[in-house]
Amino acid sequence: MKIVVPVKYVPEPTAAWRFADDLTLDRDGVEGRLSELDEYAMEQAVRVVEGGVDAEIVALTVGPAKATDALRKALAMGAHSGVHVLDDAMHGSDAMSTSLVLAAAIRQTGFDVVVTGMASTDAEMSVVPAMVAERLGAAQVTFASSLSVDASAGTVTIRRDGDTASEQVQAPLPAVVSVTDQTGEPRYPAFKAIMASKKKPVTTWSLADLGISPSEVGSAAAAAVVTSLAPRPPKQAGVVVVDEGDGATQIADFLAERKFI
Amino acid sequence: MSEVLVIAERTDGGVRKPTLELLTLARRLGEPSAVLFGPADAAVVDQLGEFGARKVYLAQDPAIGEYLVVPKVDVVSAVAQRVQPAAVLLTSSAEGKDVAGRVAVRLGSGIITDAVDVRAGSAGLEADQSVVAGEWLATSRIVRGIPVVTVMPNAVTPEPAPVTAVVEPADVEFGVASRSARIVNRAPKTATGRPELADAAVIVSGGRGVGSADGFTLIEHLADALGAAVGASRAATDEQWYPHEFQVGQTGKTVAPQLYLATGISGAIQHRAGMQGSKTVVAINKDPKAPIFSISDFGVVGDLHVVIPQLIDEISKRTS
Ligand SMILES: Cc1cc2nc3c(=O)[nH]c(=O)nc-3n(C[C@H](O)[C@H](O)[C@H](O)COP(=O)(O)OP(=O)(O)OC[C@H]3O[C@@H](n4cnc5c(N)ncnc54)[C@H](O)[C@@H]3O)c2cc1C
Ligand SMILES: Nc1ncnc2c1ncn2[C@@H]1O[C@H](COP(=O)(O)O)[C@@H](O)[C@H]1O
Repeated sequence: MKIVVPVKYVPEPTAAWRFADDLTLDRDGVEGRLSELDEYAMEQAVRVVEGGVDAEIVALTVGPAKATDALRKALAMGAHSGVHVLDDAMHGSDAMSTSLVLAAAIRQTGFDVVVTGMASTDAEMSVVPAMVAERLGAAQVTFASSLSVDASAGTVTIRRDGDTASEQVQAPLPAVVSVTDQTGEPRYPAFKAIMASKKKPVTTWSLADLGISPSEVGSAAAAAVVTSLAPRPPKQAGVVVVDEGDGATQIADFLAERKFI
Repeated sequence: MSEVLVIAERTDGGVRKPTLELLTLARRLGEPSAVLFGPADAAVVDQLGEFGARKVYLAQDPAIGEYLVVPKVDVVSAVAQRVQPAAVLLTSSAEGKDVAGRVAVRLGSGIITDAVDVRAGSAGLEADQSVVAGEWLATSRIVRGIPVVTVMPNAVTPEPAPVTAVVEPADVEFGVASRSARIVNRAPKTATGRPELADAAVIVSGGRGVGSADGFTLIEHLADALGAAVGASRAATDEQWYPHEFQVGQTGKTVAPQLYLATGISGAIQHRAGMQGSKTVVAINKDPKAPIFSISDFGVVGDLHVVIPQLIDEISKRTS
């Protein structure tokens, strides 16, 4: 069985993010990392294998040269091999293009289960998994808060916690699963695992290797484009008082003044 | 004028408030039509009409409730291909995103998620988004296909514009691929009787500072005094002091209420990402350096276990 885990290289959440003149996120000038939410996907893939399913885990990233850092972390967490789709023509891609390339790469590696994060911590769209499932014609079970794979039955079962109900959903393989941060804390790779990961194979593919023309992706092909971008005006710092027995009264006064009570 | 498809989300006996917001927004772009799943319920159809939907495309095949996402995608795509709407609008919920992503691929459309405002635009539909943990405002334009947009709850105030809604059947044949992810069990959650977190006007949130599951009773009392929904930080939901569906932040709900009252919450970036759009923020925290104060309109440095009971008394004194 093959489990593919798409992992994204994103700016460190606490770093000061910058945008380039073409309004794309500057991924070179900012410290980056494997998206924290994709660590949960890696963790689940590894747990499936540790749980006795005989599977090879392939970590897959679409991104700039530095995105290999994300792959290395995924390999240290337990992926057996990595695939890096690296092509300058990808610059400025929207979710449509990214999902096109991910799906093509996943088809090329072969797959039974695709495990993704619930959202990338930079774009925060939460649509790429559904798009990839649609493109692959695979079953889709998204926003899983728990996941189990039954290799002999050829099924995946998840729990999906909504606002009004908690659902158990079962799908036949091949399937695309996205997992939330409720699935269980990702492991910290041990030093030995980090060293061992350096010997694991990473394959680099260009768009040509995937049979995709540069005109199908990137800024030129984007179906949605950012036309302006501005920092949110800094919030006027409000009043902060120290409670000396009248803190509650002061809040009540403030709420009354703003007509909340 | 072109139609604008609004994908309705139901609650008991009606549609969710965000659906009414979508209908209100849709009127800026064209003539709203709703896509409704499940049984034909006159009250629901009337409610859609009251907010401007002239047509209600109704799909009632039971498979829609039994299988995840794809049956709905089949219906929405078929209607969109037939009527070529000016846009397809959905709510930014888990299901809204799932449906939106697949519909965009099927239609070959541009997609914008988590819009806080939508306009017709002279060169194509435009939407504003709050990005990078709410720290930047972006405007995007759809330049290809039928625009697919998911909209944040509370983007607009729902305004009625009564018309008589006409129901049009929209059921389609579902193939094997649409009947793949089957819901094998559904455990309903008990209703709280409080406003829905995602679109509440007032939210009282508790974090690690609340200290225990019992402590959340205090948060609930304050919420009830203000007619508010209860929220929580991930620290509090991870501790299982309060259920996960009430978590506010990057991996919880994004909320934008008129008033957000944060108690015992430090204001980590992932938490702020989910509440940065709140109109007014009030914080109670015992640490004067807590980052939450830097985005608060009013803050009290103090112990929430002392301040909140007094505040509840004060509110009941002033409102009785
Ligand atoms: C990938 C990822 C996703 C995440 N998603 C989310 C998310 O969706 N939502 C979210 O909230 N977090 C999220 N987090 C976690 C986030 O980084 C913080 O850890 C979390 O928000 C902290 O919660 P807190 O403010 O309640 O706790 P703390 O940071 O521990 O703060 C508790 C605060 O309570 C105050 N306090 C203590 N006792 C009292 C008292 N008696 N009276 C008054 N004040 C008191 C303290 O001074 C302190 O400021 C995410 C993290 C990651 C890595
Ligand atoms: N460039 C990328 N490379 C690899 N995986 C990605 C990429 N973009 C998105 N993904 C995957 O899709 C998930 C959701 O992303 P998004 O829809 O952007 O929020 C992420 O958690 C990743 O698993």
